[in-house]
Amino acid sequence: MSIWRAFGCLLGAALAALAWMLAGAAPPAGLPVLTGHVVDETATLTLSQAQALEQTLAQFEAGKGSQLAVLIVRSTAPEDIAAYALRVAELWKLGRRKVDDGAILVVALDDRAVRIEVGYGLEGALNDAVCKRIIEEMVLPRFRQQDVAGGITAGLAQMMRSIDGEALPAPAGRHEEPGDELKVFSPVLIIAALALGAVLRTVLGQGRGAVATSGLVGLLAWFMAGTVWVTLLAAAMALVVTLVGPGVLLRSAGVLSSAGGSRGSSNGGFRGGGGGFGGGGASGKW
Amino acid sequence: MRAVFLALIAAFALVLGGCGYNTLQSNDEQVKAAWSEVINQYQRRADLVPNLVSTVKGEAQFEQDTLTKVIEARSRATAIQATPELVNDAQALQRFQQAQGELGSALSRLMVVAENYPNLKANQGFRDLQAQLEGTENRVAVARNRYIRSVQEYNVTVRSFPTNLTAMAFAFKEKPNFTVENEREISRPPTVSFDKPVASGGPPAAASR
Repeated sequence: MSIWRAFGCLLGAALAALAWMLAGAAPPAGLPVLTGHVVDETATLTLSQAQALEQTLAQFEAGKGSQLAVLIVRSTAPEDIAAYALRVAELWKLGRRKVDDGAILVVALDDRAVRIEVGYGLEGALNDAVCKRIIEEMVLPRFRQQDVAGGITAGLAQMMRSIDGEALPAPAGRHEEPGDELKVFSPVLIIAALALGAVLRTVLGQGRGAVATSGLVGLLAWFMAGTVWVTLLAAAMALVVTLVGPGVLLRSAGVLSSAGGSRGSSNGGFRGGGGGFGGGGASGKW
Repeated sequence: MRAVFLALIAAFALVLGGCGYNTLQSNDEQVKAAWSEVINQYQRRADLVPNLVSTVKGEAQFEQDTLTKVIEARSRATAIQATPELVNDAQALQRFQQAQGELGSALSRLMVVAENYPNLKANQGFRDLQAQLEGTENRVAVARNRYIRSVQEYNVTVRSFPTNLTAMAFAFKEKPNFTVENEREISRPPTVSFDKPVASGGPPAAASR
């Protein structure tokens, strides 16, 4: 029967979309993973130095709300440090969403290059000239004497002093998660699917009712989310639910939302709040 | 009868799902936002020039020729009205890009020449301006990259099936994109001459290694 073939097609497409979505969530290869305020890929800092920095930056985030981070790598080749730092910033998304108050101090040891990458919201407090001065006066003199930890600590301290003078929104209790399309729309879709499914199943019978519900819910999802995979997923879910009954829906919604939640929070509590970067900051070499 | 009705509903949902009208709209809006950012950063660079020129003028015997070129290039670049409609006109975009490119090379020439003036290099005001100029050039590069990506995404939507039908129906046209600024220089083979010493702009480090 053609309805069942259509059902199979829809389900297959939804599964493919889901697999694609999960695969797309993995970070691009080659960029460091955000594991804390201090990411040292070269093991230059001793454990106690790294912990001290981590604590200072975590305290600053709790008090002021701005997310600062340090990244130490061997080399940024083949890119120059500015392009590399921006890619890291775009991946990590430090700073609060809409406030954009994040900044990263990137050190490339073998390139002997350092850069402060500044989020949109801090471009006033840490403008290019200020960043350049921090690098030239606080960081580089210590780096030239092989004192990497001292240079980083002094540079960050000066950055925090500059940010302290800036009026930023008070830190909230917890970071708001960036809006996941499926999560935002799923309550409406679930209600629509349940109501429509119940009505159409009695009017049209189980199989046809399910297909009609799936079509309508898909339509709804398309208007609200505007993305193909959300549409397919919603349609497929509505179909299954109306066929099998609402009990399954609740369980599968639980699975989906937990899958969505685990994507960002797998690294020990610290992650970017969704801040934006536009290439502000300064670089220096020693 | 009911089956036909259901098939119609399903077909309607599929057509609407695939037509991509919303995608076109959001891509178009994305391009506009990215373009505004490009203009914004170019404007920021143009705003730096008067300060830079007056600081450099403080250096008594600074090369007048280099300064004049910067001032002229700035007035040519700011003379072009960078309206949002510019993005739909390939030739106007080309002119805009060329004028901004000339300002960029005049400024970098100014910075190279400034290296020969120790007083200027010791001047904190000049150093700050230099840092701002570097930062702005970086922002320009970032904004241009994002613009190029947004136009690419838009053009792919406009040209691929079945969204191209929707694009045709609602008159969404392909947009011209930025090209590499020094295309002509890159495509020209380099000329190597051993007759005279390297000019001040050349990289002596590369030769000694």
